[in-house]
Amino acid sequence: MKKYLFLPVFLFAMVANAQIDSTLLKRIPVDTSGTQTMNMDAVYNRPFLQLGNLPASIGGYVEADYQYMGQDGITEGHSFRIPRFTLFVASSIHRKIKFLSEIELEEGGKQISIEFAALDLIFHPLINLRGGVVMNPIGAFNQNHDGPKWEFVDRPIAMTEMLPATWSNVGFGLYGKYYSKAWAFGYEAYLTNGFDDSIISNNQNKTFLPAAKENALRFEESSNGQPLFTGKIAVRNNKVGELGLSYMGEIYNRFETDGLVLDAKRRLDVLAVDFNTTISATKTYLVGEWAWVMVDVPETYSQQFGERQKGGFVDIVQPILRGKLAGFDKAVFSLACRLEYVDWNVGSFEETGGNISDDLWAVVPAISFRPVSQTVIRLNYRYMQQQDILGNPPAKIGGVQFGLSSYF
Amino acid sequence: MKKLILILLGCLAFACENIIPEPPAVDEILDGPIDGLNSSEQARFLAGDFAFNDEVFSSGTGLGPTFVATSCGSCHAGDGKGHPFTTLTRFGQTAPNTPPNLLIGGPQLQNRAIPGYTPEILPEGTPFMKLTPPAVTGLGLLSALTDEQILTNADPYDLDGDGISGVPNYVNPPAYFVPKWFHQDANGRYMGRFGKKAATIDLLQQTVSAYNQDMGITSTFEPVDPFSGLEVDQEVSDQTVRDVVFYLRTLKAPIQRSQNDQQIIQGKTLFSQIQCGDCHTPEWTTPTSDIVALSNKTFFPYTDLLLHDMGPGLDDGVTEGSAETFEWRTPPLWGLGLSPNSQGGSYFLMHDGRASSIEEAILLHGGEANSSRAKFESLSADDKAALIRFLESL
Repeated sequence: MKKYLFLPVFLFAMVANAQIDSTLLKRIPVDTSGTQTMNMDAVYNRPFLQLGNLPASIGGYVEADYQYMGQDGITEGHSFRIPRFTLFVASSIHRKIKFLSEIELEEGGKQISIEFAALDLIFHPLINLRGGVVMNPIGAFNQNHDGPKWEFVDRPIAMTEMLPATWSNVGFGLYGKYYSKAWAFGYEAYLTNGFDDSIISNNQNKTFLPAAKENALRFEESSNGQPLFTGKIAVRNNKVGELGLSYMGEIYNRFETDGLVLDAKRRLDVLAVDFNTTISATKTYLVGEWAWVMVDVPETYSQQFGERQKGGFVDIVQPILRGKLAGFDKAVFSLACRLEYVDWNVGSFEETGGNISDDLWAVVPAISFRPVSQTVIRLNYRYMQQQDILGNPPAKIGGVQFGLSSYF
Repeated sequence: MKKLILILLGCLAFACENIIPEPPAVDEILDGPIDGLNSSEQARFLAGDFAFNDEVFSSGTGLGPTFVATSCGSCHAGDGKGHPFTTLTRFGQTAPNTPPNLLIGGPQLQNRAIPGYTPEILPEGTPFMKLTPPAVTGLGLLSALTDEQILTNADPYDLDGDGISGVPNYVNPPAYFVPKWFHQDANGRYMGRFGKKAATIDLLQQTVSAYNQDMGITSTFEPVDPFSGLEVDQEVSDQTVRDVVFYLRTLKAPIQRSQNDQQIIQGKTLFSQIQCGDCHTPEWTTPTSDIVALSNKTFFPYTDLLLHDMGPGLDDGVTEGSAETFEWRTPPLWGLGLSPNSQGGSYFLMHDGRASSIEEAILLHGGEANSSRAKFESLSADDKAALIRFLESL
């Protein structure tokens, strides 16, 4: 019976497929004017494909890479990865109501997550209501993380492991923008579900905010009934660049269950500053971000889990060749370098007064080639040193990474 | 510009040959397996390495609720000596051959607790000893020695009149202890050889005890939770415990550096002349072992694995097994010069880390070591430097 059912379904699918006219697919270009867009716009400032006059558009990006890395003379050899495959679906319900979702498949589908699925209601340029799964606007990288936008295979460690990568939660909030000549001002403020005890109780042996991402229930309920507030203000001048200040904080632990007190209320606070600019004379693009994490860790717990963390990165991207290259009319060839640092545990040992290390730094020179603005081929060399909590001789890590990433 | 790009790519291709950071010299690190393991033993070593260095316990995987450290590697960074951050505190037994007082929380203080719990507090006025975690390298060679070999150096009543005793610590074995052919039964007790007081008979006991007392992790071997005092479900598998034991047995011995350096040779001679070697026995040879790579190996740990009177300055008023409170096991000196690489760049020597240099550690020796210490003090500055350089080379 199944065979008889399969045949008509298969034939219908063939015919249906043949009826798709590619000319109906309209590419909605990304806003490259650069004059009015800010990091907070990144979620919508992506290339989309629209089918005819349907009020929905789709898009996405893919990243694939190769790496040959080693630590202290030992390498695991050659490795190929597909770290991310992301799909966007956007639709306009009304000219003032829109919806966008972003589904990410990481590591070949090992992890599937809803990174963004929010409805926006536009009341006024300064007052927009957003609800659903929202990207918490802490720093800039969390908002503006799409692979094709970056010249580096790996994401900055401080912005993906100290702060959780693509940290999004269910909640509501307001955002808005105000323009005045060359200036733009933006704000965002959300209340969402948030972190839990796992940030200081995990198998990383350190305070580790991304551990909270393992809790899939955070999309269904708060771990402790306390909302996470995330707020950001940013200002942009078309000639100078953009500066953002953001804050995220809450009581993170489950201090009470069924009316019984289990622990004191413990706070998590995160501050971040981000900037980006382009030096007009040389077209050098600079982008950077720095964040501070402050966690109330019980005094009687282990100092292995730091009360304070700090870290960030700076990327310098210098286009050195623009124009017709390898058959592409507007290709860009760039040199770039990333400097990054994370201190997982800021403080000193109670026993000795000596510094607690547990830190790392990396320098990542890179070459990138963009045949078109939405596609990048990149070659990186990563050199990194990381010290354990005691400050013993660092592990030295290095190797090459090659990858490509593109919107589609 | 295109030429520049080609040059850059060419340079990168050339650099690919040397892109992985150089390994440290093999004699500058403590970790790594002994030579001669077969492929299945190498796999088992790796399993133990992972459990020892990478497996971190949290409240969700059984940590505590009271504990000292969250993983084996937290106390033995790079398989080397520990740091005051993870110093252990033991208490509850103030005389030889008496059981530790479990009613006051002995034998070990769990000074940390997971959130929501209160850590153990040392009862006021209770004598205690702080113990810096030792290096764990080369333990397989020491564990392969027979009791008979170790007892060759024992002289509890100093019958030879050299001022050096050498006393075995006889302890009651745990219920899971299975004597090997080289263990000698002493009226139901067995000689310990591991730990600062030599109160641990073998590496299985050492591992099980560390999981239980340091991390609050129960096993089928030691099912009693130190916080509640009740038997609970096992939190680490038998296989993992045995893999860790295998890892400890097969970690390589520290390798002496610059052995042919004239100053180091001079220091080695002085070490013998001032009779440091009477307790810090330089050389041993293993008998046949169930692990071929450990069989018939000559090695240089600089310990006799016996207890010695170290004088009142090092008497903490607490003990284990049949040891007196002033007796300590001769610690192996191999790997001594690499201690700062696991202790955060400083020395924390002696049983509790009170000495911040090798010289200070020598000067803290008392009791049976008085004579050797006095001889050290009378050495010329050059001779002292040579002796310390030799010790640093170990």
